[in-house]
Amino acid sequence: MALSMANQWLLKPWGKPLLWAVAAVPAVALLVGALTDGLGANPAQTLIQETGEWALRWLWLTLLVTPLREMAALPALLRYRRTLGVTAFVYAVLHLLSYAWLDKGWVLDDIVADVFKRNFILVGMLTFLVMLPLALTSFNAAIRALGGRKWQLLHKLVYAVSLLGLLHFYLKKAAKNDVSEVMVYAVILALLLGWRVVRRGGILAMLRVR
Amino acid sequence: MPLILTSRHAAHPDSGQVHPVPSEITPRALYATRRQWLRGAVLLGSGGLAASDWSSALAQTSAPASAATVTRPGKRSALPAVRSSVPGALAVDKLTSYEHITTYNNFYEFGTDKSDPAEYAHTLKTRPWTLSIEGEVGRPLKLGLDDLLKLGAMEERIYRLRCVEGWSMVIPWVGYSLSTLLQRAQPTSRAKFVEFISLADAQQMPGVRSSVLDWPYVEGLRIDEAMHPLTLMAFGLYGEVLPPQNGAPLRLVVPWKYGFKSAKSIVTVRLTEKPRPSSWMLANPREYGYYSNVNPTVDHPRWSQATERRIGEGGLFAPRKPTLMFNGYGAQVAQLYAGMDLRKFY
Repeated sequence: MALSMANQWLLKPWGKPLLWAVAAVPAVALLVGALTDGLGANPAQTLIQETGEWALRWLWLTLLVTPLREMAALPALLRYRRTLGVTAFVYAVLHLLSYAWLDKGWVLDDIVADVFKRNFILVGMLTFLVMLPLALTSFNAAIRALGGRKWQLLHKLVYAVSLLGLLHFYLKKAAKNDVSEVMVYAVILALLLGWRVVRRGGILAMLRVR
Repeated sequence: MPLILTSRHAAHPDSGQVHPVPSEITPRALYATRRQWLRGAVLLGSGGLAASDWSSALAQTSAPASAATVTRPGKRSALPAVRSSVPGALAVDKLTSYEHITTYNNFYEFGTDKSDPAEYAHTLKTRPWTLSIEGEVGRPLKLGLDDLLKLGAMEERIYRLRCVEGWSMVIPWVGYSLSTLLQRAQPTSRAKFVEFISLADAQQMPGVRSSVLDWPYVEGLRIDEAMHPLTLMAFGLYGEVLPPQNGAPLRLVVPWKYGFKSAKSIVTVRLTEKPRPSSWMLANPREYGYYSNVNPTVDHPRWSQATERRIGEGGLFAPRKPTLMFNGYGAQVAQLYAGMDLRKFY
């Protein structure tokens, strides 16, 4: 009874606008901080780091939808998955733009050199590239055009995105041996993906479109 | 030279400070005249009349020795100093604010976030404090903080600090050359390297419980680097004693090397014949070398060292500034590395 109530709430028309509003909160907070000198001693660094970590957090939430749906019997959660995924992408765009602007001053040559010189930048760029087709097909017409099965298969790439994103974060933090925070992300991702492997009966089964 | 303390020192509510009894406080009249006397000595020196090492060293500066110029923030006990006469010791860059210097730094013994030291370092007990100078010395020493404070004349030195992470600050330190301290211990001819060991007490330093580095924190210098007049034993900043988060009660400052070389809260200085790898070399030998001189042409494997972000300058969209070879101290220190391949010895 309570669960179906929860499902009914999840189906309310204002559900998605509310999620969009919540999704904007960290970005707005960072913007206000940037305008009011509230981002600490190294505001550029704070912006780059925070947008990146928020991209990971939204991505992890996206990956939480399916386990939560099945475990808590909340099928209505599904309609929020795409919003969460797109939010993760928007934060990844903000992360990339703040790096290109604040760290590299829009100098393309420097960015290209950085990509080929530094593993963690390369992995970061790769993460973004793999995310791109997912973001570009995240509207209804694209799903129709691709067909449900193909679309679902394509969007299995989200697992690669999450692993690459984690690797990018790890490579950055490992330079100063500061990996305790990365480990928290890694453990949560292991649970999110591990649940799928167990539930579907193996990694290959997880990657199959049902 | 007597330790100069104002009456304000005694009244200050600083935690962890043992306040001197009034009889130990040098009267204001006495230390005021001492400065006059110093100025006189400088004038004599620059006039070429005095030949002693001491006055000729002072004469290297064109400006007469004068009182420190920074405005004290009033957060801690005063640590009066005169402006340094060591060549290169007074950078003309705009000072980084006390607020930024004391709230944004790395001190892994208190956590890996740059806000952690300011948040957690208040548990550090800086009195009593003993520094041991040992190893290849004729006269091993164990010095208490009061002895250390009296051992050399306190100088104000304005140094650029370049962190290996790509940010920089300009900090008015208070202290004296490390060489002053080392000479007291009479290094032997076998003393080729100097090792600095920081306090590692999990009771006072929560970060020491983590395995992020092998504790205690160890850093090292070649003996000629350690004896260079710019290499500073710092006891204060902004005219006041060091706050715990910045490495109280005494720390090393080597302005031409990346910040992590400047070990904080030091308990042991050991002179050795062979170099011992530093904590960062043990943690990541490919990324951190023994020398770690600031060098815009040798990148860290994970990022470029060609530019830096000066903290507190120009706001969010300020472009990064070019990093200078030896952090701009090449005129003073480049000869230490003559003939060395600094790509190999990074």
